[in-house]
Amino acid sequence: MATEAPPALRFGGRHGRPPVSGRVRADRRLGYLMLAPAIVLLLAVTAYPLVYNLWNSFHAENLSEITGQGGWVGVDNYTRMFRSSEWLHALWRTLAFAGVSVAIETVLALGLALMLHRRFRGRGLLRVAVLIPWAVPTVVSATLWKTMFDQRSGFVDYIFGLHTTWLSGIWTSWTAIFVADAWKNIPFIALILLSGLQVIPTEIYEAARIDGASWWQTFRRLTLPLLKPALAVALIFRLLSGLLIFDVVYIMTGGGPGLSTETLSFLNWQTFLVDTDFGYGGAISVMLVVLCLLAAGIVGWLMRTRDLR
Amino acid sequence: MSTESAATGPLAVSRPHRPGTRSRRVQRIVREVCFYLAVLIVILIALFPFYWILRTSLLSDQAVGQGVGGPNGIIPAHLTGSAYSEDFNQQGFLTPLINSAIVAGLTTLITIVVATLAGYALARMPIRGAGAILAFILVAGFFPVLAMVGPLFLVLRNLGFLDSIWPLIIVYLVYTLPIATYLLRNFFMQIPADLEEAALVDGATRLVALRRVVVPVAIPGVFTAGIIAFILAWNDFAFAVSFLETPSHFTAPLAIVNLGQSQFQVFYNRIDAAVVIITIPVALLVLFAQRRIVAGLTAGSFR
Amino acid sequence: MAPLRFIDVSKVYPNGVEAVSHLTLDVEDGEFVVLVGPSGCGKTTALRMVAGLEDVTDGEIEIGDRPVNDLTPRERDIAMVFQNYALYPHMTVAENIGFSLLMQKLPKGEVDAKVEDAARVLGLTEQLRRKPAQLSGGQRQRVAMGRAIVREPAAFLMDEPLSNLDAKLRVHMRAEVSRLQRRLGVATLYVTHDQVEAMTMGDRVAVMRTGKLQQYAPPKQLYDRPANLFVAAFIGSPAMNLYQATVDSEGRSIALGNQTLALPGELADEAVIGRYRGERVVVGIRPEALGDAALGGHASTSQRLQGTVDLVEELGAEKLVHFRIDAERLSTGDERLAGADDETGGELNTGEIGTAAASAGVARIASRSEIAAGQEAAFMVDTTSLHLFDPDEGASLRGEARQPHS
Repeated sequence: MATEAPPALRFGGRHGRPPVSGRVRADRRLGYLMLAPAIVLLLAVTAYPLVYNLWNSFHAENLSEITGQGGWVGVDNYTRMFRSSEWLHALWRTLAFAGVSVAIETVLALGLALMLHRRFRGRGLLRVAVLIPWAVPTVVSATLWKTMFDQRSGFVDYIFGLHTTWLSGIWTSWTAIFVADAWKNIPFIALILLSGLQVIPTEIYEAARIDGASWWQTFRRLTLPLLKPALAVALIFRLLSGLLIFDVVYIMTGGGPGLSTETLSFLNWQTFLVDTDFGYGGAISVMLVVLCLLAAGIVGWLMRTRDLR
Repeated sequence: MSTESAATGPLAVSRPHRPGTRSRRVQRIVREVCFYLAVLIVILIALFPFYWILRTSLLSDQAVGQGVGGPNGIIPAHLTGSAYSEDFNQQGFLTPLINSAIVAGLTTLITIVVATLAGYALARMPIRGAGAILAFILVAGFFPVLAMVGPLFLVLRNLGFLDSIWPLIIVYLVYTLPIATYLLRNFFMQIPADLEEAALVDGATRLVALRRVVVPVAIPGVFTAGIIAFILAWNDFAFAVSFLETPSHFTAPLAIVNLGQSQFQVFYNRIDAAVVIITIPVALLVLFAQRRIVAGLTAGSFR
Repeated sequence: MAPLRFIDVSKVYPNGVEAVSHLTLDVEDGEFVVLVGPSGCGKTTALRMVAGLEDVTDGEIEIGDRPVNDLTPRERDIAMVFQNYALYPHMTVAENIGFSLLMQKLPKGEVDAKVEDAARVLGLTEQLRRKPAQLSGGQRQRVAMGRAIVREPAAFLMDEPLSNLDAKLRVHMRAEVSRLQRRLGVATLYVTHDQVEAMTMGDRVAVMRTGKLQQYAPPKQLYDRPANLFVAAFIGSPAMNLYQATVDSEGRSIALGNQTLALPGELADEAVIGRYRGERVVVGIRPEALGDAALGGHASTSQRLQGTVDLVEELGAEKLVHFRIDAERLSTGDERLAGADDETGGELNTGEIGTAAASAGVARIASRSEIAAGQEAAFMVDTTSLHLFDPDEGASLRGEARQPHS
């Protein structure tokens, strides 16, 4: 491009930046003005609710109880939460589902990404076929798989000759939820990984081939390490959406049978909109945010790619 | 996967013995066949469920009652559009569809304007802390939706905005703004700075240069951001199920869940007819966008 | 009035790098000024400061006697041609050319008329409705020119506008741009790293190096009276031969190794040489100042150099003779010359010819000469065009040639 590498002359030293003209200041001001709508809107729908939740979580905010509304209750809501077996079970179920689904879906997505990365006839068809499940609403994927798993209308029992009432059992319900979730999410993760694959220069593979590396060695020693940044992004996305799973549970099982598929998000929703308990719900929400931050932090730390940047 | 065949292929040429060459060729063909089989399976898994709901949506109430099998196999003997007319005429599914279109459309519009401004500022303006601001915008996209529902419910209740589709337009920005801003920022950064500098020298102000030069050149990016925003807004369920009460105020995804439930039977044909309808615009967008984005507008104007 | 003026302008980037240092320079009405120098010398930064695309750290830039430091580009009344042309890809050629007029809110009819005029001048009438992607490299370059000329601005700024063209087209466009500029009579600041462009196009040429102006003079003067070693080595192709030499105690001759050259009266003058009697200097001999002694002439031994011929390059009209003499040549690695062999300047530099580099020289000799590689040859030296430089500062010893802006 047009700009030249400036010569290596130091000026001003530790006296900081050179003075800035009014023109640059005007540009800077315009820049902040351009950012303002996005920042204000996002603060309004994230930071504000977070603070509100925090405030609520230390108060009694139950709309169904006239008495004691708005009073300071200290950490009562948190104590109640940590002692609640319903919350603990929901936490455990959520973590287990997130862990298992992340592991399986990421591996499958990696396979799909490698498939999409290869040049072959019909790749366009594969791309479209894979993109559509990603693009449809969760309501569609959940409803669709609810149909598929239904004993009378579904395909699954019919083709495999089973007589399972999938959504009546605990493990079968989880299987159905997992399938619906995986079917919709794998394409998206695969796309993230694909974009990571595409930035790996092909010469590296050619060099490895000349060096006599087998496919597995190439994959292990080149593809995986170079894919690390994309993998980190994919894992964070996947882990968070796993931890926050709500739509599929609501639509397919409604948390049932019993409470056996109740996740944290679903419990949170119940607390807010069925029990109208915004104090207790606030505490659950705050923990949900903490959980997400922890998960993102752990993945980010595990996948830190110092050497690649 | 099957890249291995490509890796061993050229080496095989140097082998003089015919039998070795042949067995390698057979090996390679087997690998190719396996690969295409895998592709076929993936495509089937991705698309067959859609066939199944299309099939189910074309069954009569009676056929649904009979269950799968016999005349109602993989390819049913009798097809009817009765579930669709039931959805539209009796269940009033058109209203939620219109509601969804309004909300997703307006969200997309606001997203494009706001994200274009923010993305451009992040890409080009001499602001301080651009990295931190971008980080905040991205993190906001990961914020747990269910943790927002409670407080926003209270706020909307106090403002008298519950059970209305209008606040959804603002709330949905949490889905759309982060990704759209990030996408557009990256797009703007790829546009040569020369172009807007030329516009500035030609007498345009920053905003005029943005509107008349940068955005038109970045149109594929704006388009992509718009499509993704529309899909994300169209797909919401959590906020709709939390804030909407009256069926005539429902968005389409919420309406689907409440459709086809009767005391005695689940009418999967009616549910699936609605699923088919709500899937069509999204599927079309995907097909349409595939073609659009590829057409890079800047190709050829530099060098 | 001067359409364009730098007054002690400096540019320091936030990281502390000083790209332009105390630049003072003015462009007269209708003048074509070329800013030339190796990459990283600050010439593009200087141009961008005029355009308002880069902030001025210190000093003042004036356009039409009006200080413009705090004005936005649009308020400066300048037009610019970018290196990559920066054509708006989504607009037709006509829209590209007319964009600035549209920004001025001129009525449509007037815009169309002006665009058509500009297109006619540049031979683009046929292409007006095309998009940039459909044009050839030369046509795109013309559109970029058209965008500038349609405005009738106070000054044109051009940032290496020909560098993306192939060699042949570049020579053609060089002439065309010059002609166009002369016809329009608009003050022009033109940035290039190509000293041939600088010499052929500029009314005056400003040579820059590491942010500092080295010399600002018409091409002929730059060539005949380089102010310092850097300019001497940068201007001219093949580059000037530069050797370490010693002045004799009387200041009448210099010794290059074991050979001696008499100084012409002008250089033997007390004012020039006085301080250097018996001291070391750097002597510069242009390849053109060397001739084949075998072709006749009556040069005395004090106007000759004896050398061994390494290589002869036949150019048809003349020969380039690469030779070695017993004298220490300034290598291109010398810090006083750093960057002088950049890009085109270095194409014919003897420094690239093998191990002989340290003492190699080039002579430009009439093609009827029969000098051949491997021979010992005698070269006549036109001593009146010798250049002498201070060995430490690198400044030319001819006082009057030192550039006025120090």
